[in-house]
Amino acid sequence: MTEPVPRALIAEDEPLLAAALQQDLARVWPELQMVAVVGDGRSAVRQALALRPDVLFFDIRMPGQSGIEAAAELADAWPDDQPFPALVFATAYDQYAVQAFEAQAVDYLLKPIQADRLARTVAKVQGLLAQRASAVAATGAAPAALSAALPSPELEATMAQLRALLGAPGVGTAPAAAPAAAATRLSVIQASQGTQIHMVPVGEVVYFEAADKYVRVLTAEREYLIRTALKELIEQLDPQEFWQVHRSTLVRATAIATVTRDEAGKQHLSLRGRPERLPVSRMYAHLFRAM
Amino acid sequence: MKLRREFNGVSKLRHYLQVVAFTLVVATIQCTFMPDKPYGPPVVYSVLIGTFTWAIIDLGRELIPSAAETGWPQGWQGIALVMVGIVVGYLAGTLLADTLCVHYFHFYPAGSLISGADQRTSILITAIAGLVGTFYFYAVNKSAYLEGKMAEARMHASESRLKLLETQLEPHMLFNTLANLRVLIGTDPTRAQHMLDRMIAYLRATLSASRSTQHPLALEFERLRDYLELMAVRMGPRLAYTLDLPEALRDVPVPPLLLQPLVENAIRHGLEPQVEGGHITVRASTQESPHGPLLVIEVQDTGAGLPATLPTPGPGQSFGLAQVRERLATLHGAAGALELIAIQPSGTSATVTFPLKSAAIP
Repeated sequence: MTEPVPRALIAEDEPLLAAALQQDLARVWPELQMVAVVGDGRSAVRQALALRPDVLFFDIRMPGQSGIEAAAELADAWPDDQPFPALVFATAYDQYAVQAFEAQAVDYLLKPIQADRLARTVAKVQGLLAQRASAVAATGAAPAALSAALPSPELEATMAQLRALLGAPGVGTAPAAAPAAAATRLSVIQASQGTQIHMVPVGEVVYFEAADKYVRVLTAEREYLIRTALKELIEQLDPQEFWQVHRSTLVRATAIATVTRDEAGKQHLSLRGRPERLPVSRMYAHLFRAM
Repeated sequence: MKLRREFNGVSKLRHYLQVVAFTLVVATIQCTFMPDKPYGPPVVYSVLIGTFTWAIIDLGRELIPSAAETGWPQGWQGIALVMVGIVVGYLAGTLLADTLCVHYFHFYPAGSLISGADQRTSILITAIAGLVGTFYFYAVNKSAYLEGKMAEARMHASESRLKLLETQLEPHMLFNTLANLRVLIGTDPTRAQHMLDRMIAYLRATLSASRSTQHPLALEFERLRDYLELMAVRMGPRLAYTLDLPEALRDVPVPPLLLQPLVENAIRHGLEPQVEGGHITVRASTQESPHGPLLVIEVQDTGAGLPATLPTPGPGQSFGLAQVRERLATLHGAAGALELIAIQPSGTSATVTFPLKSAAIP
């Protein structure tokens, strides 16, 4: 059986740095095949899903979507019958990010990337891929095929890491304020509608849904639009009261009636007080387990 | 910052020992001028009066809400405390000293101890010594307080200078630029040299910005060009820019790197979040106003625009804008302004306006 050629994808918004990483990789890992080099997070997710590489090199600060957010979205959409790619983050200088990476044992490269540091990372990734290949050879089948509809333990571990990174200060899209800025809890949502401002008690909200530049605020009776980022809203709400079940949804925990898993393994929520069914992303599926 | 001063036993003991030393000096002086009298009694009187006066004033001021500056009660309370301290200290000290002298030392009886003249002298000495002592402690406290204040102010100043430097030499920008340079050295040495020259000029300007107070607008635009060129290497086709400086305005004096934070914001919050990047225009012009001609410098980007809500700006952003406002206010007072507006269809425009000194226009 011939060894499959390892394939990689680079997401880096600075063209020179992307080209340089590609060249350096060609030197330390000649067999590696570069399937795509993209300049932003959304393209990275799209291309990775289409091309299914084995290794991902993601820059942290990228336009549109940060490397970590892109990785989280990718983990959500990644098919179950394939192992999740080995993930390497790159950052120029982000003390928070580096702390978070260290804490989560995620591999990262500091820019400017030094040749020997890159070689060490490459050796680590090669080891991981070899380990996977031998596991496949031993069972004679793709490992995830044995337990269809359930994410592999590796993907579970990756998602746990990404969840921690997304929650870590200074790692998201915006260079966030210092962690000390503990926002005060919100008790009323102020939603403007025409010339009026509606005062919506947070206690009446069933769920929040991000929609483009807005957030939809849904109570049992009505719907409002506010121009606040969901991320900012999350910081001002009680995490026990509202659960994030998807990148774009925040649900009142006590309003969730049932959680249903479909044939594809996807979970959906039905709510008390609202007719909609909300999808649960894989990143947050760990919230719902029978007691 | 108001600190509730805490009772400090060691410092009170130190005060007391100073008081005792002072009373001994007073007694000694007294004896020097009256060599015919024995040395013992004046010492006893002096020390006892000093002790009572000290106890009332130094311990008493702990019971009165003291002023933060000096640790002394303010206004009439302070004066009354000193007066009561001296009078009661004198009376109580004298009484106790009389008793002690009669019972233990068997000096002359109390009645003949102090003649009218001696009593007046004694009161005068107590009053003067009390006031001198009080003034001494007051001055010591005050200077300690002022020294603390000065240290605090020094710390603030160096902290804000550090913060300014950190925003200007943003490590993320610095390391990314170095990463690009590292690549160019291998692939395109000429371009690498060009980039390095820009970076040297940028660093030199940043590090010396605090030292010179004004430089010509033409130089300011050169520094912006350095920064934008560095960013253009990094961002590639995602960054395009135009610098528009009319010939007539080249020599107008401006504070160095005044516009830097505005351009940095345009890139960081305007262009960087957008996948397609955008265009930055920096334009200088003049405008007539009732108070004479104004210089108007506009930094405009076609970026992501102002965020819908502005409650939690990043640490760099708020500091950058605040710094521009502060410098404008220092130089031009209310006549200098910084205005931030959203432009259609997308983007932000930051406009700096301040009076144009007529001498600057040819």
